[in-house]
Amino acid sequence: MPITNRRRLFFRSAAVCVSAALGATALAACGSEDDSEAESGPVSLTYWTWTPGMDKVVDLWNKGQGEKDQITVTVKKQASGDTLVTKILTAHKAGKAPDLVQAEYQALPTLVSNDAVADIAGEVGDAKSKFADGVWQQTTLGTDAVYAVPQDIGPMMFYYREDLFKQYGLTVPTTWEQFAETARALKKKAPDKDLTTFSASDSGLFAGLAQQAGAKWWTTSGDKWKVGINDAASQKVAKFWGDLVKEGAIDNQPMYTPAWNKALNTGKQIAWVSAVWAPGTLTTAAPDTKGKWAMAPLPQWSQSQNVSGSWGGSSTAVTTDSEHKAAAAKFAAWLNTDDAALQALAKESGIYPAATNAQTSGAFATPPDYFSNQSDFYTKAAEIAKTTAPSAWGPNVNVAYTTFKDAFGKAAKDKSDFVAALTTMQDDTVADLEKQGFEVSE
Amino acid sequence: MSSLAVGKADSAAGTTPSIIQNRPPLRRRIALIPTVTLFLGAIYCLLPVAWVVIAATKSGSELFSTFTFLPGTGFADNFSDLSAYRDGVYWQWMGNSALYAGLGALLSTCVSAFSGYALAIYRFRGREAIFNVLLAGVLMPPVILAIPQYLLLAKADLTDSYLSVLLPQILSPYGVYLSRIYAAAAVPTDVVEAGRMDGASEWRIFTRVALPMMVPGMVTVFLFQFVAIWNNFLLPYIMLSDDERFPITLGLYTLLEQGANTPALYTLVITGAFLAVLPLVALFLVVQRFWSLDLLSGAVKS
Repeated sequence: MPITNRRRLFFRSAAVCVSAALGATALAACGSEDDSEAESGPVSLTYWTWTPGMDKVVDLWNKGQGEKDQITVTVKKQASGDTLVTKILTAHKAGKAPDLVQAEYQALPTLVSNDAVADIAGEVGDAKSKFADGVWQQTTLGTDAVYAVPQDIGPMMFYYREDLFKQYGLTVPTTWEQFAETARALKKKAPDKDLTTFSASDSGLFAGLAQQAGAKWWTTSGDKWKVGINDAASQKVAKFWGDLVKEGAIDNQPMYTPAWNKALNTGKQIAWVSAVWAPGTLTTAAPDTKGKWAMAPLPQWSQSQNVSGSWGGSSTAVTTDSEHKAAAAKFAAWLNTDDAALQALAKESGIYPAATNAQTSGAFATPPDYFSNQSDFYTKAAEIAKTTAPSAWGPNVNVAYTTFKDAFGKAAKDKSDFVAALTTMQDDTVADLEKQGFEVSE
Repeated sequence: MSSLAVGKADSAAGTTPSIIQNRPPLRRRIALIPTVTLFLGAIYCLLPVAWVVIAATKSGSELFSTFTFLPGTGFADNFSDLSAYRDGVYWQWMGNSALYAGLGALLSTCVSAFSGYALAIYRFRGREAIFNVLLAGVLMPPVILAIPQYLLLAKADLTDSYLSVLLPQILSPYGVYLSRIYAAAAVPTDVVEAGRMDGASEWRIFTRVALPMMVPGMVTVFLFQFVAIWNNFLLPYIMLSDDERFPITLGLYTLLEQGANTPALYTLVITGAFLAVLPLVALFLVVQRFWSLDLLSGAVKS
């Protein structure tokens, strides 16, 4: 992409800025000047989001609170993913970014280091109490600034076929060691079946598993970035999955393919390490097995622990291009903390809210249709959400994710060394950071 | 060859006409290899299309669970779901695509015809230089121009409008190149000279004499541009943020990428992709005869 070159130049100047920001110092010098002058007259805002049904939720604002405050929000529906980040940065380069953008947590450092999203600590600081610390920390990047308001989260869980577990006499694993034993036990009893698969195309899943093990992939010390993709915790996770693939205890094919859908639907794969949004995916992937699944907390690395990782989730950010930052921040706070808004988001968009008190109320009082057999689905989910380990994202998550797909894809296919693949991922990520002009400490 | 012909001729009482009549089977046998090759090529190209056609008939629960080439039962549902999605925004996208591709290709063909004719017929200083720049433009993939074009149009405050997608696609270096080559071959200088002798204005010569000769070439340019704009993704992706102005490619992409926690709307995307191919197929069927005319006139010329 031609943008890389330009971004590289841009980064060099932004690098100092973000390093300072991430070094937990004040952010006054970073160009996101506070425009705290009171808004007067009607304001109209544009909002880029991929959440389905968001226009209906925004209607609530436009007809209620927004009408009172004379702030009208227009939704412009986008496609999700890394390409949207590129699009936002391109628009920002031309000074034409919308007022509000939806951003995945791992994309925030990229947007911050390009000075594309504004610090809205002054406007939304009070919202902090509505969210779990681990969630809120993702929008502050560990500084005093606040770059977004959390919208939805994806705490990770273990999903399994209740009926088949019973049939094969398997118990739900509570540690990863038991997980491996379960996989082997199933192979013995039904050699043509797999407990699950290691998917080399889902970087977010691996990142979540590493996060659960305590990995910190990007951290800052002083003005320098430190990349810990091959830290001890990540190596432990890579080795664990690599060994399972190598001995053939689990499958090595990617997820989200027609073949994978079929494997879930026919019971060839009987478990899935996923996140709270899994019911939606299973509804389309495995329609014939509705009501046969159950959800349990993620297996732990030691019996005494109780931690989860996260896979997915996004936030609402205000751009530096916005001429009405205070109004935009007001809307972002309403959207993600107001009870009526959160109920509408759950109903119209099917998101799992980041706001803690919304996780058990209203739409989440009853289990998802697909899991009607597990009445305490959301009570359990809310408990698991509280245990989510903090995450540590950096400004080039996209590069790390791409190399993950390449290196682990090859390793999974050849059933070779996963730890070597992890080292490749580390090296490429460090090299890219340096190429972008960031200072990286060893 | 002759022995075979004679052998058959013997059995058919040996008259000359019967020998000639017996030739076709022989020729057909020689054409076996090309036929098989073309047949394989056709299968290679048509299999994915067949997949889309069949997959479009499957309901959500059938899509990944039944045999790939077994038609499903859900086409009517898929169609109505697609039409109902966000108050029929799919048809808005279809209309947008038709506008971008139809108007864009038409304007692009006009520009190509003017400039191609001028480059082929008139001799002026810098003609070759202009043509060489155009040739370089042909080699340049339009993809890498999308972001600079966005930044330019942002300066003119034209982004996120119909114009932002139409304007950059009106000048097609390949179209101009093709028009020049075609005009040089199809419009003899003598004819232009004769027109001048008769006192016709340059504009009249172009519209009344040259243009009719250039029609088959222009149809080709139109088709190329139409398909290119219809399939274009990156330019509208960068330019547009309002999904009411999205062309079909972009619209289907938003259906596919709905965020990690929302399953992709596969049935709608597949049905949508199937319906989006139909206008292209129809266009090719209609314009096909112009293309054979194109080949024919080329052969006569040489």
